[in-house]
Amino acid sequence: MSIKEYRTASEARGGLIVVRDTPGVSFGDRVRITDSRGETRDGQVIRSADDEVLILVFEGTDDLDLEDIWVRFMNEPVEIALSPEILGREFNGLGEPRDGRPPVLSNIHRAVGGSAINPAARTYPREFIQTGISTIDGLNSLVRGQKLPIFSGSGLPHNRLAAQIVRQAKLIDEESSFSVVFAAMGVSYADAKFFRDEFASSGVLRNVVMFVNLADDPPVERLTLPRTALTAAEYLAYDLDRHVLVVMTDMTYYAEALREVATAKGDVPARKGYPGYLYSDLAEIYERCGRIHERHGSITMMPVVSMPSDDITHPIPDLTGYITEGQIVLSRELQNQGIYPPVHISPSLSRLMKDGIGKDFTRDDHPRVAAQLYALYARALETRNLASIIGADELSERDRRYLKFADAFDSRFVGQGESEDRSIDATLNLAWELMSMFPRDMLTRVSETELAKYHQGSD
Amino acid sequence: MTDSQRVGVVRDINGPIVTIELPGVRSGEQVKIGELGLVGEVISLSGRQAVVQTYESTDGVRPGEPAAGLGWPLSVELGPGLMGGIFDGVQRPLEKIALESGDYIRRGLTVPALDRSKEWEFVPNPELAPGKQVSHGTVLGTVQETETIVHKILVPPGIAGELEEVAPKGDYDIEATIAHVRDQRGRSQRLSLYHRWPVRKPRPYFRRDDGISPLITGQRVIDTFFPQLKGGKGAVPGPFGAGKTVVQQQIARWSNADIVIYVGCGERGNELVDVLESFPKLEDPYTGRKLMERTLLVANTSNMPVVAREASIYVGLTMAEYYRDMGYDVVMLADSTSRWAEALREVSGRLGQMPVEEGYPAYLASRLAAVYERAGRVETFDAGSGSVTLIGAVSPPGGDFSEPVTSHTKDIIETFWALSKELADARHYPSIDWVTSFSAHVHTAAEWWHKEVDRHWETRRTEALALLARDAELSRIVNLVGPEALSDAQRWQLEGASLIKEGVLQQSALDDIDTFCSPQKQFALLDLALSIYDKGMALIELGVPVTELQNMPQLARTRRCKSMYTSDQVDEIRAFSVEVANAFEAIGLEYAKQRAD
Repeated sequence: MSIKEYRTASEARGGLIVVRDTPGVSFGDRVRITDSRGETRDGQVIRSADDEVLILVFEGTDDLDLEDIWVRFMNEPVEIALSPEILGREFNGLGEPRDGRPPVLSNIHRAVGGSAINPAARTYPREFIQTGISTIDGLNSLVRGQKLPIFSGSGLPHNRLAAQIVRQAKLIDEESSFSVVFAAMGVSYADAKFFRDEFASSGVLRNVVMFVNLADDPPVERLTLPRTALTAAEYLAYDLDRHVLVVMTDMTYYAEALREVATAKGDVPARKGYPGYLYSDLAEIYERCGRIHERHGSITMMPVVSMPSDDITHPIPDLTGYITEGQIVLSRELQNQGIYPPVHISPSLSRLMKDGIGKDFTRDDHPRVAAQLYALYARALETRNLASIIGADELSERDRRYLKFADAFDSRFVGQGESEDRSIDATLNLAWELMSMFPRDMLTRVSETELAKYHQGSD
Repeated sequence: MTDSQRVGVVRDINGPIVTIELPGVRSGEQVKIGELGLVGEVISLSGRQAVVQTYESTDGVRPGEPAAGLGWPLSVELGPGLMGGIFDGVQRPLEKIALESGDYIRRGLTVPALDRSKEWEFVPNPELAPGKQVSHGTVLGTVQETETIVHKILVPPGIAGELEEVAPKGDYDIEATIAHVRDQRGRSQRLSLYHRWPVRKPRPYFRRDDGISPLITGQRVIDTFFPQLKGGKGAVPGPFGAGKTVVQQQIARWSNADIVIYVGCGERGNELVDVLESFPKLEDPYTGRKLMERTLLVANTSNMPVVAREASIYVGLTMAEYYRDMGYDVVMLADSTSRWAEALREVSGRLGQMPVEEGYPAYLASRLAAVYERAGRVETFDAGSGSVTLIGAVSPPGGDFSEPVTSHTKDIIETFWALSKELADARHYPSIDWVTSFSAHVHTAAEWWHKEVDRHWETRRTEALALLARDAELSRIVNLVGPEALSDAQRWQLEGASLIKEGVLQQSALDDIDTFCSPQKQFALLDLALSIYDKGMALIELGVPVTELQNMPQLARTRRCKSMYTSDQVDEIRAFSVEVANAFEAIGLEYAKQRAD
């Protein structure tokens, strides 16, 4: 098919245009739309029939005069150019430079859609990543190839936490060797600047590729941005053998853009107006992370999901939690007490922790210490609730001990400095120090040998 | 393309839904779309046009490309070589695909499920001779598929007549002829080691029987409190992070079934890899062989095409029924049926069908029921007995059990293991909530337990549940007015319930000893906790203060027993129980002395 321009656009609504009387156009292909002023927009075919095609316009359909546009079918999928030069650069959702420098020249072009990794080609992730943050390393450990989102709320320090992780993440016996792919969707100018400055000041900038769509940029572009970013991540991981950490913020804005377009398309809504395919769509993004047999590189993902009205059952965090291998949940209550990072450990979880910690990875007692801390803290929170009803004075001595533990745990174990990089040993030792507030026979999750070795109490 | 293929043309592409014009195509027929040859299935017909759902991404397909009917519905290959394999949602062998297309799944690839080049040693059934009448289910011979699985080669459904010849003992590939049968019309039918079966059609059986023996999973809260029968159907609903996958994997690991089929339907890739990497190393606790020898995986991860996800459950079930027909007890785990239902929703949405609840189509309930009804214990045509136990994980949005998939599932199944977010948050695993879970099989299971383990099983189980219910009531009071308001007896009830929770219900999948618990050990632990409670209660009635009992060192030990003694050390648990009894007696005597003084 020769590349031809069409002037038969017949409808425009919410980021979509319909073009009639087209020949067989490939589903998913790239489209270029030129208006009377000569400005171009990019689009993608999202439905193709004999007589008409539906096109998603990444820059949106505002100010388009249907009478006066030329639609050109590019006869190629939506793809980006890749080379080692992308490191240190900043792009938009389509892979076009945002940093005022020339476009990347390369003969390596990859379609951003990606395809599914064969489960039989995957390798189970088990290499412990030390983030230097006690609540993560000690209780919800991250491993290479895992997707572990941060569930947050407006005003909570998720960006600071993500930046701290980017700064500190390393394998125990290796120097930090992560390349970072940073995907920002619908974030404010200030947030994007925070990350840019953060990367620059910590000296990692030359190892970072940024893909940025700001809050006032066209929302439709957010649909392709994470895919573009992950295509770059796959290139870095599997072509250049790097370990890649992908930070995506904020997946909520991505899902809202998806809902906007789905509504314009007339898709049947499922929950809260989000389309029924939100789960599959999010999975296409999140599942691109992982480890592959005989490939040196890996993709580890930390998406940030802000929970609308702090509601963890909202479809976006809910479906994300079903796809990712755990979640780190931030709490407004801890934040209000001035605790940083305000990680609420009860709903937090790392599913891949079990095989990445313990004897050969961190320390032998690690799994049982984590279980014990969780059990103590759960009981301590119950006691705290009780104390708020009947008053702390009414509590038994045993219960007052739990109360004291809860306070010490929040302020010392959860709380740490923004530049405090705790080794896993330091984290576990701190855990034992706190557990030693209880007599030995109340610690039933750890073994008797461990009690003898680490318990610091007198009895 | 062969003559039997009719060729039509693609008209409209809307994601995985493609409209084609192909006269004579049937509903349910497999179709190849476009130049890539993407396979799909006709889901509706209208005039000359047919709507096809494709199992692969349709990127790059354009109107005007060809579409060809293949003449058969979605079906699977059934024969030796399935065990230990990993297949995608339409039974393509993923390991072979990885060899052919690398780390990513290339589209339009057709690779048969069964290895055509591998030869199997076929041993004919000595009771057969030419001239004998054979019909569906007659055993033609056997193939040793893995060390533990003897694969019976049966006459496939729909074939009956006079046996003309059966191959002698020897090595055959799966396409070689192993028998000829002359049917009633006098036609000679050639049989090989495998046949095809359409997945949406349940395989026939001689008679449906009731379940009689429990499926032992080695998980205390399941076996002791909410038992499942071989041939039963159950559901594990739970919000994310409650531990559905671990429960399912523990059942796959430790259940006393002959064969386990694990269908990862729209779930995480890394979880399937966990099974793939760990099962070949783990030992089957019943045969001592490697677990992978009795396991078969169907993997359609969440990022793989949504339509194949819908098919994957049927593909898994058909293979389960095939082994059931050989007389095996098969457990099929479907993780998760919610993703399957969402695949239905996604397709129905693209077809513009009228949604009923939360966007789901009106036929959700009937499709779910039809899927679960394929579970059951049956008498096979060769007078054997086999079963398919179906356990489906359910992932309710927001953990809300009133949503359509969970509530419809609840109406169909017999065993309901409800996972609780609160228990999971407190790291009480398995987080099966004893208040909302149920099992319809307690009485049937009791017969087995009373015969095999202990005749007090049902009484003890009821006592424990009653104590847990009392605990829930008392905890509410404590939350209102504090523990000081409770009497000593009530505080001892809380202690007793806590012993059951920590010493019996909680079980660590990560602990080498605790991960599997034999029925004998299960009962010993339950009996230990309850007898401590009973003895303590007797002392409290005599006036012994509860604090004295709460400080007994044996209580911490009771909580640890589960991971201190293996399933072979039940006698040690009994001995400890005697030690505890003595300690209580001593306190009783001491107290009586004090009172006498």
